[in-house]
Formats: sequence, C-alpha cells, structure tokens
Amino acid sequence: MEIIKVTHLKKTYGDVEAVNNISFSIEQGEIFGFLGPNGAGKTSIINMMIGLSRPTGGHIMIDGIDAIKDIKKVQKIIGIVPDENNLYDEMNGFENLCFCASLYGMRKKEREKRATELLKQFNLLKASRRPFKTYSKGMKRKLTIAAGIIHDPKIIFLDEPTTGIDVESARQIRELILDLKKQGKTIFLTTHYIEEAERICDRIAFIVNGKIVKTGTVNELMENAESEHKINLVLDNNITGSRAELENQFPNYKIKMVGDNSCLIISQERIALSPLLQLLDSKGISVYEAKAIKPSLEDVFVKVTGIEAVQLRIEREKLGT
Amino acid sequence: MKTMIAFWSILKKDILNYYLKPPNISWGIIFPLSWTLMQLMRSEGNLGIVELLPGLMAMSVLFGTTSMLAVTITFERKGRSFDRLLLAPISISILVVAKILGAILFGIINAFIPVIFAAFFIDLSRINWGLTIVAIIFIAVTSALMGLLIAVSAKEVFEAQTLSNFFRFPMLFLCGLFVPLDKLPVVLKPLSFILPLTYGTDILNGSVTGNSVFSAIINFVVMLAFVILLFYLCQRNIKKKWIL
Ligand SMILES: Nc1ncnc2c1ncn2[C@@H]1O[C@H](COP(=O)(O)OP(=O)(O)OP(=O)(O)O)[C@@H](O)[C@H]1O
Ligand SMILES: [Mg+2]
Repeated sequence: MEIIKVTHLKKTYGDVEAVNNISFSIEQGEIFGFLGPNGAGKTSIINMMIGLSRPTGGHIMIDGIDAIKDIKKVQKIIGIVPDENNLYDEMNGFENLCFCASLYGMRKKEREKRATELLKQFNLLKASRRPFKTYSKGMKRKLTIAAGIIHDPKIIFLDEPTTGIDVESARQIRELILDLKKQGKTIFLTTHYIEEAERICDRIAFIVNGKIVKTGTVNELMENAESEHKINLVLDNNITGSRAELENQFPNYKIKMVGDNSCLIISQERIALSPLLQLLDSKGISVYEAKAIKPSLEDVFVKVTGIEAVQLRIEREKLGT
Repeated sequence: MKTMIAFWSILKKDILNYYLKPPNISWGIIFPLSWTLMQLMRSEGNLGIVELLPGLMAMSVLFGTTSMLAVTITFERKGRSFDRLLLAPISISILVVAKILGAILFGIINAFIPVIFAAFFIDLSRINWGLTIVAIIFIAVTSALMGLLIAVSAKEVFEAQTLSNFFRFPMLFLCGLFVPLDKLPVVLKPLSFILPLTYGTDILNGSVTGNSVFSAIINFVVMLAFVILLFYLCQRNIKKKWIL
C-alpha cells in the first residue's frame, strides 16, 4: 500500500530551482532512500513533506492526508530526524527526550518510561543526566534519532542519519533503522553514502539538481548496468606481447590493461573462460586469478547521473567524519 | 488534552531554562531596578514617589517581557531547536501563547519590584489594585507580543536585543511613563497614540494617582484591540518567515 505519494513537487528559492517537478511514492513498511550529492534538494523535499517549508507547487499525500493543507494532522504520525542535531544544549539527554515526547502529548509516566527504554537501547543510559552539549557527535546523533522516534511514529524521516560520525556509530544507527523497519515503520531517508543506500534501502531514488534521475530497488537499478560483463585476470607475466593476438582471436572482447600483470576483459556477452585461458597458456602466460567484476551501485550511479562517485566522497569528507 | 501537555511543557522548559537563568535576567531586571532606585532617590518627598510609580511599573514590565522573548526565541531559532516546536502537532497560535506566556508572567512579577521599593516610603493603600493588575497584564501581553514580533524579524540574538532596545527606549519617553503626554512636543504626540504602552500606562496613572487622560474603559478597549492586532501579526509573520 502506498503510504506517501508526492506529485509534481516544486520548490524555488528566488531563482534557485531547488526541487524541480519531482514525483515518487513510498510503500508502507519500506525503507526508501534519496541518494544524491550536496545541494541536490534532498533536505528541501523533506522539509516540504514535514511542514517546515511550503512547496512552490505540487501535492503531497501522507497516509491519506493532504500534507500541504493538513500538516498538523500529518505531524502526529511522523517522526523527524533533521540533518542537524538540534536538541537543547542545556538540557540533559533524559530531559530532552521527555520534552520531545511531551510535544506529542505523551503523559509524564509514559514519556519517562519510553525515554529510559530508548536511552537503554541507544546505549546512552550512562550519559542520560549530562547536558546534551557535552555529548560526542555520535552520541548527539543517536539522541536526536531517539527524540525523533520517541512518540512511536508510523513514518520516520531521517535526513542524513549517519553523516559526520564514525564507522561504528554509523553501523549501530543502520542497525537501528533496520530494527524500525522490522517494527513495521515506513522510513524515508536521505544519504550521500552509496554503500549505505545499497545496504539498507528497499528502494532508492537518485537525485541530482532537484530531479529524480532514477528510482528502483537495488536489483532493478543494477539490471541496467549489467549490460556489460567484465572479468579481471591476474597473470604471471606481462601480456602486452600477446595482446594483438588475443584481440584477433576474440574480436568481441575489449581488453584493458590494469597495471603490469593484470587485465580486464570486457564484453557485451558472457565471457567463456577456457578458450581464453588456453590461448594464454599456449603463449606461456599463467593465469593466477580470474574474477568476475559485478557492477556496483556506484557504477550505476555514475552512469545514470553523470556524477563521479568520487564527487560524493569528496563532499562527504568536507563535511568531516 | 494532548495540546495542553505540549503547552505546559513548552512553558515549563522556557521558565526553567531561560527565565530563571542569571544572564537572561540581567536586562529584564537590572535595568528597571537601577532606574527605579535612581528615580526614588531623586524624587522630592512622598508625592513624587506616587507619581513615579506607574511609570516605573510599566517600564519594568516592558523590559522584563521584551528582553526575555527576543532572546529566547532568536536563540532557539539559531540552534534550530525551534524547528521542533514548529514540527510539533500543535497549532501556531497555541505555540505563540505558550512562548509568550512565560515572558508575560516574568513581566508581571517584574512589575512589583518598584512597588516593593515604594512600599518603604509611601502608603500604598489608596491604589486601586484590581485596575492596576489588569493594566499590568495588558502591558505584559502587548509587550510580549511586540517582543515576539521583533524576534520573528531578527536573525541573531544581538540583533533582537538591539532591535528591542531601539523600540523600547523611545517608548519610555513617548508613552507617558516619565514625561506626561501633554508635555510632549506636538510632532511626537501621534507616535504616542499608536503605541499600546501609552494606554496601559494611562490606566496605571489612573489607578495609582487618580490622574488619567482617558477613561479606563477606553483604555481597555484600545489595549484589547492592540492585543488582537499584534497576535494576528505575530501569527502571520511566523507563518511567512519561519515556514519558508
Ligand atoms: N532557505 C534557502 N534559501 C535559498 N536557497 C536554498 C534554501 N534552502 C536550500 N536552498 C538551495 O536549494 C538547493 C537544494 O538544497 P538542499 O539543502 O535541499 O540540498 P541537499 O540535497 O539536502 O544537500 P545536502 O546534501 O548538502 O544536505 C541548494 O542549491 C540550496 O542552496
Ligand atoms: Mg540536506
């Protein structure tokens, strides 16, 4: 069942077209991810869906409610984890969680119980009486996520849940997100980590310059890229001398050198290994390793967006790890 | 019910986190306090004190409420924690009331600082306290709403502070707090009449000294109109400026 449906969504800031006619829908219970570089429009889209920003055009339906007209109704059933850790610096972890719970009308007993539960689950119980400002980045991120789900929302928006924190904390957060999915929550997240999207999202939309360039499950996205077959061969010798003959024998294969003792065979069809190995053997070249190179989501991303994955990496590093 | 829980929680958090914290109290209390002491010392005899009291009270409320709001709201806006309030499933008007109520209470309490000092010098039994308290509440509400209006326009805490000083210092002179309205230059008079504090102070003058320009009823009606207008403006500006 479709729980979120966005159609022809637009947002312009002055003459910046931040979101340019975007449509997508999210199924109940799935993890849907927006993958895109800085400035792609991810946060702008989330902000319009949660009521922090007004669309220039388009429609947003969330759980059967018109989110543009009736945002206060929508806000009851959604949980939000913004890109910044925006809890109250002076208040401690426990107080912060209780305060956020109270904003959703939870009673004192109920909110204290839930806050304690989450602090335990997020490994923050020891720090729960310390002011938020004394927390490390990872702890802050975790508490911000806890605050976003304290009222047990049906749909959860996570804007870059793991940006700027170490590998271990990021792993824990991904586990938590998968846990939420198991509880039946619908999750919408944005990220610029390709691996993260690949690992936890059921469906991914590539977003660049305010437009969705492609949407699908990881498998669907990959299908497109699997048009080429690649095999990496590691040899005991330099192949240069035999290259011409190889190309003659196998006109359908493209051969690319990778360093001195390794090459890449690229073909539109499946590659039959034994004739290849025989030929090399007859030339006195031993093959130590033959490895099929599966396209990664990264390759797909590069292919459909025209953005080098390195670009995403650089931006990620700029944000600080 | 759920809305009430959120409402009280916002109010309580503001009081505990801001209103009871020393740095935030400084502008709100110290300035009116020192002004009160200075005026009381300079006043000639008991008659002078009675005449000063309404102005001092009005000033204490004005400074108490406006500094609190301008600072707390811009502070939360900057740290983005304010987004949490905008994202909560409560209406903007409930949010506005929750945010200003703390400042209003602070302003009302502040109003009694000069009264306590004055009590050492003069007999306060002839003051119409009922009228006085209603006037103080009205002044507190209008000042808080003006503080909020300023806070909506400011991006930085210092900007909010500067802006509120820009408005409230002239008001000390324009609204009949220490300079009677009929002594104001003619060119400035129209300004007095578009400021809510003028009417609030006039009620206080009436209830404390018995001399007011307008009748209490007229003053209340005008104050009420200001409250409605300012509340509407605050809500509209919040929607316009904060939900981009
Ligand atoms: N309040 C604003 N005023 C003007 N321009 C804005 C505003 N917010 C966003 N933009 C612009 O809209 C575009 C999209 O920004 P947005 O923050 O949505 O991107 P993003 O995908 O979330 O990027 P990031 O990965 O850096 O968080 C950018 O060009 C940005 O400069
Ligand atoms: Mg963003």
